[in-house]
Amino acid sequence: MMMKARWHAFRKWAVQTARLCCGVPDYDVYVKHLREHHPERKVPSYPEFFRERQIARYKGTGGRCC
Amino acid sequence: MHSVAIKTSPAARILWVAIAIVGACCLGVVALRRGEPINAIWVVAAAIAIFAIGYRFYGKFIEHSVLQMDPSRAPPSVLRNDGLDYVPTDRWVVFGHHFAAIAGAGPLVGPVLAAQMGYLPGTLWILFGVVFAGAVQDFMILALSLRRDGRSLGHMLREELGPVPGVIAMFGVLVLMMIVLAVLALVVVKALTHSPWGTFTVACTIPIALMMGVYLRWLRPGRILEVSLIGLVLLLASIGYGAHVAASPVLAPIFDFDAKALAWLLIAYGFCASVLPVWLLLAPRDYLSTFLKIGTIALLALAIFLVAPTLQMPAVTKFIDGTGPVFQGNLFPFLFITIACGAVSGWHSIIASGTTPKLLANEGQARLVGYGGMLMEAFVAIMALLAAASLHPGVYFAMNSPSALIGTTVEQAATTISQWGFVVTPAELLQTANNIGEHSILSRAGGAPTLAVGMAQLLHSVIPGTGMTAFWYHYAILFEALFILTTVDAGTRVGRFMIQEIAGLIHKPLQETESWTGNLLATAICVGLWGYFLYQGAVDPLGGINTLWPLFGIANQMLAAIALMLATVVIVKLKRERYVWVAGIPAIWLIVCTVTAGCEKLVGPISFTAAAQKYAASLQSGQLLAPAKTAEEMQRIVTNNYVDMALTAIFVLLILTMFAFSLRALVQAWRTNHPTAHEEPYVALASVAG
Repeated sequence: MMMKARWHAFRKWAVQTARLCCGVPDYDVYVKHLREHHPERKVPSYPEFFRERQIARYKGTGGRCC
Repeated sequence: MHSVAIKTSPAARILWVAIAIVGACCLGVVALRRGEPINAIWVVAAAIAIFAIGYRFYGKFIEHSVLQMDPSRAPPSVLRNDGLDYVPTDRWVVFGHHFAAIAGAGPLVGPVLAAQMGYLPGTLWILFGVVFAGAVQDFMILALSLRRDGRSLGHMLREELGPVPGVIAMFGVLVLMMIVLAVLALVVVKALTHSPWGTFTVACTIPIALMMGVYLRWLRPGRILEVSLIGLVLLLASIGYGAHVAASPVLAPIFDFDAKALAWLLIAYGFCASVLPVWLLLAPRDYLSTFLKIGTIALLALAIFLVAPTLQMPAVTKFIDGTGPVFQGNLFPFLFITIACGAVSGWHSIIASGTTPKLLANEGQARLVGYGGMLMEAFVAIMALLAAASLHPGVYFAMNSPSALIGTTVEQAATTISQWGFVVTPAELLQTANNIGEHSILSRAGGAPTLAVGMAQLLHSVIPGTGMTAFWYHYAILFEALFILTTVDAGTRVGRFMIQEIAGLIHKPLQETESWTGNLLATAICVGLWGYFLYQGAVDPLGGINTLWPLFGIANQMLAAIALMLATVVIVKLKRERYVWVAGIPAIWLIVCTVTAGCEKLVGPISFTAAAQKYAASLQSGQLLAPAKTAEEMQRIVTNNYVDMALTAIFVLLILTMFAFSLRALVQAWRTNHPTAHEEPYVALASVAG
């Protein structure tokens, strides 16, 4: 059981890190934030959320190095 | 006062003393053993020990005494939590994200070029540079931004130093970016020149990325990892098929280009990629290159540990006197300019004041991400240096010296390089080219091909097999080209937005990022700016890297000096004057290095001015100097050198101006007897979290 729980935690960490490296933050966290703080706003589906983040990533000052 | 209260158990004390002794012994072996080759593991062990000690003691000293980081203070991620940009995130996730953002081609190229002086000077500069300058810069800028709502470097400069120096510094950043894009694109050009196999695989990334973009948009939206795996399989298949392309008399000529043609292709490609919607080409390539980069760095580390190669390059070569073929100039200041990323990189100050401070869940995690992240990057630089130093020195110099010095045939190259004292036969050079599936390895400067040969040989020792060296070589080339091109595309887009913002001041409608006129115009200007330097590098008599890399190094270290000067001023503004040296000494060191290097590039034997005058004089007397074949080309070389000269002068002036502004702010703050830094007020984390 311990091993399984650890593996799940590692997997969650790896997926979250990999997505964040590509400029896509955690979707569940965002949905939770919306429900808690802005219940009046519509919760976007994952594809909608992903598209919005994809465009937002390349608008800023470039999150990469030489 | 806040002093470093390091509580240690006796066991921990014994452990740290042991690490210190092991580190000192390894470093002793690396630095003092002469005459017989040493194993790479000594360098790796010394690096790990020094980084551990630096992180545990110096990092902690900066955290507690200098920056006075307070885990009970609410960070921007909590205060301005919006679930998207500002989100309190697990510290290891932030670490992974930050490292992926700072790790680029820089730490792989610089150390390889610096290996011409032997492995020792580069190793020492990376080890001590990162502990006392590079990691300090990243950590301090991250901490400053953390206390200022996650503000950017430009914003903090305007606030703490004044509006004028803020604008000057941002102009410097724009110019630096153009040089970065040009020099990185040139690395790709050098790697792909007359290499049908390499060109084919890099070209394949375009249709693969388009496919991935469509897949992510319509078939399985947002499934990044899944589509990246598919992309990776296709990429590996294209490397495999590349061997067939290179061997085919019909297909090979289609993908066989000279440097000029490749430069034009890259310019056209950069233009298209930054005008097209991001989801179609830019984003999918970005995902692929991010994962490939992390994976390949891990692979390189694994290979070095498993193979434990012997370093064939001498500890110190005779080229520390400044006569080296790879780059000109003495050890001081040019070693410290050539290895920028990996030891200290100004570009990181932009990343450390970008996304990362908006993600940290509390101030106690800033050391791990800021200081620790940079130590990781330095470790990548050490590995690149080891891969280059484990090559036969003759092969190393054949790959990195311009054809103006070693000629264009293996016989000429072998004779010249053997005369330098690195005995190599034409057969050895041919054999290396054959092993990696290329016709020639001569004059492939720029770091990427050298690292690729080093990596290929290491990986081949782990996974042997006929033809596998060639596969791994092209894998390494593809990996570097892929993420360099992603940087070029994304950088062009950012440059385009910057230019549109400036253009908007003159004519408002140009600011509209959705408008096609503004978009195309600004992109064309941006591509034109870096494209000019790229093309100039492609036709350069000394191979381009020789000319452009110092310019890049000067610009990058200039930005690092600016970031460290900001940190110094803020420390004084906080009335912690006794720690002024922590950022002050590295700042002064970088100013001395950049200004000295800048002056040597302005006047004297290795200057752009001298090169311009030499070509101008020959032109007047009607003589042609290689590689120029016409008077027109001669004229172009003269103009290019004058442009580089002007640019160097701008950098030197810029850094001196910033120094004057910083000094003024520093003296003012010193005379004021209360803190004047623009920190956001303290809010307790406990009062807002939950």
